[in-house]
Amino acid sequence: MTLAGVGVAGLAGAAAGASAVLAADSDPAAGPSAASGAVPFYGDHQAGIVTPAQDRLHFVAFDVITKDRDRLVTLLQDWTAAAARMTAGQDAGAIGAVNGIPEAPPDDTGEALDLPPAGLTLTIGFGATLFRDAAGTDRFGLAARRPEALSELPRFPGDALQPEISGGDLCVQACANDPQVAVHAIRNLARIGMGVVSVRWSQLGFGRTSSTSRDQVTPRNLFGFKDGTANLKAEDTALLDEHLWAQAGDGPSWMDGGSYVVSRKIRMIIETWDRTSLGEQETIVGRAKGSGAPLGQQGEFDEFDFSIKGSDGSPAIADVAHVKLAHPTQNGGARLLRRGYNFVDGSDGLGRLNAGLFFIAFQRDPRKAFVPIQLQLARHDVMNEYIRHVSSALFACPPGVRDAGDHWGRSLFS
Amino acid sequence: MRSRYLATVAVALLAGGLAACSSDDAATGDDAAAGGPIAVNASDTTCEVGVTDVNAGTVQFKITNKGGKVTEFYVYATGDRVMGEVENIAPGLSRELHVELPAGTYETACKPGMIGKGIRGPLKVNGSAAPLTEDAALKDATTSYQRYVKSQTDALLEKTQEFVDAVKAGDAEKAKALFPVARTYWERIEPVAEIFGDLDPKIDGREEVIEEGMPFTGFHAIERDLWQTGDISKSGPMADELMVNVKEIVAKATAEQLSPLQLANGAKELLDEVATGKITGEEDRYSHTDLWDFNANVEGSKAAIASLRPALEQRDAALVQQLDTEFANVETALTKHRNGDGWKFHNELSQADLKELSDVINALAEPISKVAAVVAG
Repeated sequence: MTLAGVGVAGLAGAAAGASAVLAADSDPAAGPSAASGAVPFYGDHQAGIVTPAQDRLHFVAFDVITKDRDRLVTLLQDWTAAAARMTAGQDAGAIGAVNGIPEAPPDDTGEALDLPPAGLTLTIGFGATLFRDAAGTDRFGLAARRPEALSELPRFPGDALQPEISGGDLCVQACANDPQVAVHAIRNLARIGMGVVSVRWSQLGFGRTSSTSRDQVTPRNLFGFKDGTANLKAEDTALLDEHLWAQAGDGPSWMDGGSYVVSRKIRMIIETWDRTSLGEQETIVGRAKGSGAPLGQQGEFDEFDFSIKGSDGSPAIADVAHVKLAHPTQNGGARLLRRGYNFVDGSDGLGRLNAGLFFIAFQRDPRKAFVPIQLQLARHDVMNEYIRHVSSALFACPPGVRDAGDHWGRSLFS
Repeated sequence: MRSRYLATVAVALLAGGLAACSSDDAATGDDAAAGGPIAVNASDTTCEVGVTDVNAGTVQFKITNKGGKVTEFYVYATGDRVMGEVENIAPGLSRELHVELPAGTYETACKPGMIGKGIRGPLKVNGSAAPLTEDAALKDATTSYQRYVKSQTDALLEKTQEFVDAVKAGDAEKAKALFPVARTYWERIEPVAEIFGDLDPKIDGREEVIEEGMPFTGFHAIERDLWQTGDISKSGPMADELMVNVKEIVAKATAEQLSPLQLANGAKELLDEVATGKITGEEDRYSHTDLWDFNANVEGSKAAIASLRPALEQRDAALVQQLDTEFANVETALTKHRNGDGWKFHNELSQADLKELSDVINALAEPISKVAAVVAG
């Protein structure tokens, strides 16, 4: 990678690199036009949340293995500097992948040389175990600063969680329009973190399953249905303050302007789903598979009308349909900003694809959003026959890094 | 056996132009400083050193093993830089060590069972010592490491012979006990061995890396016979061949002088060996004795860094401090899996145990990967 903005040529032609780059932020709806450009790293909120969802994901959770608070803070500073560079399309380190002395390992791994920034965003989050670990120890003097909203998620009926791919002290979400750019970013952060943090688990995602901007076409998940139609979107600024960003007074002030992210790896049993009739698939989801319209309605974006009856006189959208159970009207108005990705992790040894949805959702307070919605779904959703939740994590994503003098976690550790 | 302590005589030559010592004057060598060997009485729990305050020059020790375990004796400079050592002193035997010591503070150590940090004691050496120039410090690293290689290869020859004898005698239990011990000396100096590309696979090749048409021989082929098939009745010729190859590589290795840069890279490669072969249990897949190799690789890496230490301290003292910390963390994590004088088997470790070991190795390997640039700089 060389310069920020390289490769934005696809952008309507007129815009020069730099202005195109800015456009990606000031106009969150810039969407696909900024596919290869850079997304600004600095701002009030972290990038990678309302940024128009990129096509590719590499999400990683780390355990902190040092006991030394200063080393952890130094790492957060080093990471911030590397993240600012990489999101601008530069090498992770100041020397670069190929400009150092031959005897030293390079300070960038090199696989993103010649690639544009590809809309890379890096978003950090802090897990509850950073504040007090599983043994109850306050390793870094942070226990008193843990927000109430960062409590362990309850166990949901049907959870089949694997501890080794759940939780974590820290997370970094890397999203980009080029998978190599996303992987490069996580790989370099992991390398820089050696001795301070250790990768706990990581997940690749290859196709966005939500739109976070009205300019984006609603994509499809691996069930073949449009997903994220009713998502919170960047343009809904009032709703974002109400449902997405932690507000002053919600909890400790270091989180003001931040957001809480829930990740759930949801394995889809796609082979049995694929043997299910179209009618039953649509009944389970509550939308038409082709158009994405609510059953009994016409357009994808039509407001849900749960009073519409089908030809047999029963509700067109069943009470146990996925869209109804997840709808704000059924959950005290709760809304999420979903940002999930499809995954296929090879196969499972039983002749089945190991496939599904890596669900990611940001919100102001998970106790009032993800938890009630997921309780509804876990109890009643007929889709549960075709899915397994195999990993779960919750992280507090602090507000944005303001400028080069600021760093990830400054407000938490200061 | 006679050649054992000759190795340790060829010490640093820091102060004066002493030539590497030749054969027999080692045992009787004139000892300007101490006026006769210092008696060291080693038991399984104690390490009594008769005199702990000596003058600079050649210092002689006579170590008597009064315990029930095989022991070792070391003289360490700061950072466990080995100034002299005697390996493999059987119960009831005495050995001598001649070591050239400039003024400074040192530590002596007996290692009953040949494991761990040993029983330490202080040793003060009086006199004046001019600090080394950077170039001299680097040159000394080569000499110092060569001394280490010599001590390890002597023990390697001895222990491999015992292993080979046990295999040929059909004594499977004894051979199994000796297998990880003989390999320890091999694994400590593996970067040197790997310089000789054709011999390394014959001695240490794993089944899957042997090229088509080349027979599977060496330690791991015998390991398979011992643990998997349980039949060593036909392993004799392979054991003989192992001994021939080990002798050949030892002759070559002891003649080799590793440059400071090779030492730095060797220290890193030993940890890479741990990260790729030992953590996964690939190395000793039939015997599961990977932790012996793991520990030996770490010790070898530490020895290479220790040889470079005076030069590194002049150039990047903070890095040396970080390496000390991370080496200590590795040792702490590894010690949890000690079992008597040996180690737990790889298949007795949980995934969480292996992850912890992997983390501490990565934490150490990262700063070690910076050493080469410091040496070259």
